[in-house]
Amino acid sequence: MPNDDKGMRCGSSKWMEGKGPDGEIVLSSRVRLARNIMGMPFPYLASDSQTETINKQVEQVSINLADELGDIKFLRMNNVSPLHRQVLVEKHLISPLLVKEPHNSAVILRNDQAVSVMVNEEDHLRIQCLLPGLQLEEAFAEANRWDDLFEKELDYAYDEQWGFLTVCPTNVGTGLRASVMVHLPALTLTKQINRVLSAIAQVGLAVRGLYGEGSEIIGNLVQISNQVTLGQSENEIIRNLYGVTRQIVEQESSARQVLLNEGRDRLSDRVNRAFGVLTHARLMSSQEALQLLSDVRLGIDSGLIGDVSGNVLKELMVLLRPACLQMEAGRELDGMERDRERACLIRKSLGPK
Amino acid sequence: MLCQACQKNPATVHLTHIINYEQSVQHLCEQCAREKGEFDFGASPPFSIQNLLTGLMNMEAPLKEQLVYQDKLQCEGCGLTYAQFGQIGRFGCSECYTVFSNRLLPLMRRIHGSAQHVGKIPARAGGVVRLRRSIDELRRQLKELVSREEFEEAAVIRDKIRSLEEGGEKGDA
Repeated sequence: MPNDDKGMRCGSSKWMEGKGPDGEIVLSSRVRLARNIMGMPFPYLASDSQTETINKQVEQVSINLADELGDIKFLRMNNVSPLHRQVLVEKHLISPLLVKEPHNSAVILRNDQAVSVMVNEEDHLRIQCLLPGLQLEEAFAEANRWDDLFEKELDYAYDEQWGFLTVCPTNVGTGLRASVMVHLPALTLTKQINRVLSAIAQVGLAVRGLYGEGSEIIGNLVQISNQVTLGQSENEIIRNLYGVTRQIVEQESSARQVLLNEGRDRLSDRVNRAFGVLTHARLMSSQEALQLLSDVRLGIDSGLIGDVSGNVLKELMVLLRPACLQMEAGRELDGMERDRERACLIRKSLGPK
Repeated sequence: MLCQACQKNPATVHLTHIINYEQSVQHLCEQCAREKGEFDFGASPPFSIQNLLTGLMNMEAPLKEQLVYQDKLQCEGCGLTYAQFGQIGRFGCSECYTVFSNRLLPLMRRIHGSAQHVGKIPARAGGVVRLRRSIDELRRQLKELVSREEFEEAAVIRDKIRSLEEGGEKGDA
């Protein structure tokens, strides 16, 4: 019985609110650690009673650690409605896998939604910290603190040679995946994006769209993450990604400067047109909205559009997704209704007060 | 409507081609559409990380006797066989790493370019590892001090190593 939805609204997560360092270009930083319990079959092979044992164990640990973990909630996916699950995915707090196979999986959510722990996803535990702006070290420090706390109470599967043992050999070792979400409209407009992205791939980092593996690049939003997890220390992985991200920020900033210097009127026209459409349209698809929001955000960052905060856009990016829209509306919406509600939400957020 | 190609089966696939702004529509039955290679009915599974891993694992063709041995290799913890691991590209439990360890070196080198964890050592699960690493580090220091004939400091390090080793043995027992 879904019972966690009552009075539920989309609300906002820490990563959506603040700006953070380099926040104009780096929207968020994420770190996740994959951990497993020794001697227990991994979730996809485990029996119902085994996954339930893990669930109970982790729930008990979260109670024992209440003082150190802060204000947290333990949500069993069985008790969360499919819509609410989808909202959590759209906010990047849980993975699509947890929605597909909700059985005996759970998530621990900290109240500010900056830290979450998925239980019985691909691995027994996935500890994640998600912060606004370029804050990889901070995100790692917090995820690492949670990891230390959990390790006091749970018998981790760990090996001297292979490090932390994971379901997929691509995660073994540190079990660490660090990623940043960057907004690169000027590199796209100046047609340098492909060159930059292929350079990133050459230094061993992965490039993806907004919603992870296999998702396309929409709204000039790109996720960059480490691929190697074995043979490098956590600090090396974090520092490497940080260094590359800083360079991308430099490139994007200088591309923005070029656009302003050489085509100010054209750029100003483009971003204000986008603003005009967003504040007046009556029907809006997610794809169109993300593209236009990207233009508007570029306009705000470059001082060509005033009176709107860049953060409104970061929130909108999530709130205009299908499940969030339906959660806000309090009922199921078909495609046309969603496009109408989305247009309405955007007008309210951006339009004259 | 009948299939435009064979004129026998009902047309269930309707293809619209737009080439240089010119639109053409074809009505085909499933069989003819497949033969024309117009589109994939999901017959081949989508390419995934698992496919890639499987490819990586089976790169060098093993000798026949190895193959038989490998197929028999089975994890006691979860029942996963090496053959299954090769197919799905996922371990079944932490025990699998020990059982399949001989075959993991080349695989990990291909994926990560390395086969040795150098990151975090957890406090509890890695207690013994941590101890051994710090003893190794002290031994290295000791050697250096001795070579520089700094015997007083070397003696301090030597005592540290002894106490760690004794403490470690107690801890293990």
